[in-house]
Amino acid sequence: MSDYKYPKIDKKSKAPAFRERMSGNEAVSYAIRQIDPDVIAAFPITPSTEIPQYISKYKADGKISTEFVTVESEHSAMSACIGASASGVRAMTATSSAGMALMYELLYVAASDRLPVVMAAVNRALTGPININADHSDSMGARDSGWIQIYSENAQEAYDNMLMAHRIGEHPDVKLPVMICQDGFITSHAIENILLESDEFAKEFVGEYTPEKFLLNTKESLGVGPYGISPYYMEAKRGQEQAMENAREVIAQISKLYSDATGRLYDFFEAYRMDDAEYAILIMGSASGTAKDAVDNLRAEGKKVGLIKLRVFRPFPFDKIAQALSKVKGLAIMDRSEGFSASGGPLGAEVRSALYGRVDGIKTINYIYGLGGRDMRVRDFEDIYAEIMAIKADEIPELYKYYGVRER
Amino acid sequence: MAFGQYNLKDEASKPERLTAGHRMCAGCGSTIGVRAILRALNPEDRAVITSATSCLEVSSCNYPYTSWEDSFIHTAFENAAATTSGVAAAYDALKKKGKLDETYKFITFGGDGGTYDIGFQSLSGAMERGTDMVYVCYDNEAYMNTGIQRSSSTPLYADTTTSAIGTHSDGKVQNKKDLTKIMAAHHIPYVAQTTYLSNFKDIHQKARTAIYTEGPAFINVLAPCPRGWRYKEDALMDITKAAVETCVWPLFEVVEGEWILNYEPKKKLPVEEYLKLQGRFKHLFKPGNEHLIAQIQDGVDARWEELKQLCQVV
Repeated sequence: MSDYKYPKIDKKSKAPAFRERMSGNEAVSYAIRQIDPDVIAAFPITPSTEIPQYISKYKADGKISTEFVTVESEHSAMSACIGASASGVRAMTATSSAGMALMYELLYVAASDRLPVVMAAVNRALTGPININADHSDSMGARDSGWIQIYSENAQEAYDNMLMAHRIGEHPDVKLPVMICQDGFITSHAIENILLESDEFAKEFVGEYTPEKFLLNTKESLGVGPYGISPYYMEAKRGQEQAMENAREVIAQISKLYSDATGRLYDFFEAYRMDDAEYAILIMGSASGTAKDAVDNLRAEGKKVGLIKLRVFRPFPFDKIAQALSKVKGLAIMDRSEGFSASGGPLGAEVRSALYGRVDGIKTINYIYGLGGRDMRVRDFEDIYAEIMAIKADEIPELYKYYGVRER
Repeated sequence: MAFGQYNLKDEASKPERLTAGHRMCAGCGSTIGVRAILRALNPEDRAVITSATSCLEVSSCNYPYTSWEDSFIHTAFENAAATTSGVAAAYDALKKKGKLDETYKFITFGGDGGTYDIGFQSLSGAMERGTDMVYVCYDNEAYMNTGIQRSSSTPLYADTTTSAIGTHSDGKVQNKKDLTKIMAAHHIPYVAQTTYLSNFKDIHQKARTAIYTEGPAFINVLAPCPRGWRYKEDALMDITKAAVETCVWPLFEVVEGEWILNYEPKKKLPVEEYLKLQGRFKHLFKPGNEHLIAQIQDGVDARWEELKQLCQVV
């Protein structure tokens, strides 16, 4: 690990956060205004499209200095971000669903070129049938692209995560792109109470970007994106893998600094009422809040239930997950996307893999829920707890099942 | 645009910005075009070069080597223009913030596959946005890097690996797309069509105008490929000359919307004079195929007349 200078925030002189009401899209846009990145390239798509609209207005009102590149597709949005980032500046974009899918090819390029592009991802179902509502199939399709993926439960988290993103991605031991995910409409469009930090704090926390190598370096030319034949390709991938491992430590550090400064706690996941929990739900995104209500209700009845809300999906916190679940008897892993492995969703596969050989004997069901924006209610999560609590000691539960679907 | 006296000897003695050591074929039209374009840069000006995935890219920037003296970026096949948009935006950002003093120019190269076909949208977008860049298509009329497959730039009846000739096929059955004209329809400051002729003055002046005109510029360069067109390496200049003398590839430019014909042959040669130099058209010279050549001639004649009208040459 390099001797990187983390931001020093003097808590005593820090301006206090202030209350506001805004949607997830506005919250993320507010963070982007505070970051004032050099280049934003974006293309309209529901539900992330409000973000470039806010950027356009900020630009029109002289509130940001950003070069706003209004591209003709998401493919070109990510291409322009890569070109800008390789040139030595901060580059950002926002997208959803089919737009992210159109970027997939370039997501791999951004990561393998080790460019800390930051994306505001507003999760939406992928087409077939076309649907504009929340699920995680878009970013899950990019889970192997080499991007750091951080998921947010609500507007507050989307805002806070966005203020941490550049510090994480730009760290010299990391140099990887970061996507900050929030759920389409449920988070992106719902107006919530939020605490916003001062511009001064945000700027101080985000800091200046000073890359080591870049195209517009007058002292040294640079070649980006060479042909990497077999004797070199694998080392490039190993380097990326190491960066993703390094990101674990950096995410921990940055999250702690941010938590210490703001009093809002961030880690790889939130363990909610897990101390003595025997039954747990593991979930990501906006439905976590609903599930926490179910936890509270069942706790009031004396049931030992808890919840793990995963924040960082890439890099995946294998050891920490296994540790957090080590005392649990029953577990529901909630996937808001299909993987079509005919064995469950992507989160199910990762969590089971984390547990295998580390923590044995947990009765686990992987649920597919909420696809295309299907609602989950508190009583649905109570149902799920009831199902995992009902699994008998000698019973092998179903590998995975759909929740809340009409079977005919 | 006036740039002073042109002298090939002086130009050729400038330090090369695409240096030796790249792995392009002997007799390839691509690198000749790149070097001719880059010679038009003022030596003190810096450049960032973008290349679409292509022969040029995989042969000139092989990790850990590069033939490019300037900064170079390749990201993918279909997005060279958009990539350059990002580089140019970064440049503007740094300039406005006073973080960069030097002048950079942005020059993008793509083959016809990466320009006429898969990169067409990205190119159109960057031009419409007014990105201050030069996009150079080195047009060798097929996907040469993957093994000579037909593109929308492949001319009528050319033999390629996906417009194969046989007992039931005479080669490509569609016409070549007129990309230069489409780019002119973007109403950008400068569009030109050129190739390699005698002292390289035409391509040099067009490159200078393109590079030193503010805003987007597009240059289409006919750049023969010895593998795909099937000619002996030293025949390249004969082919490009024949392309111009037959009016298969007229030299023209569109400056701020004004169409200018740069060369009108004293005696327009028949298309056979161009076709016969290339193995990809060999089948057209078999007895009984005269009507195919006549069809090509008709197309060339019609487009030549159309161009003369646009350029108001009567």
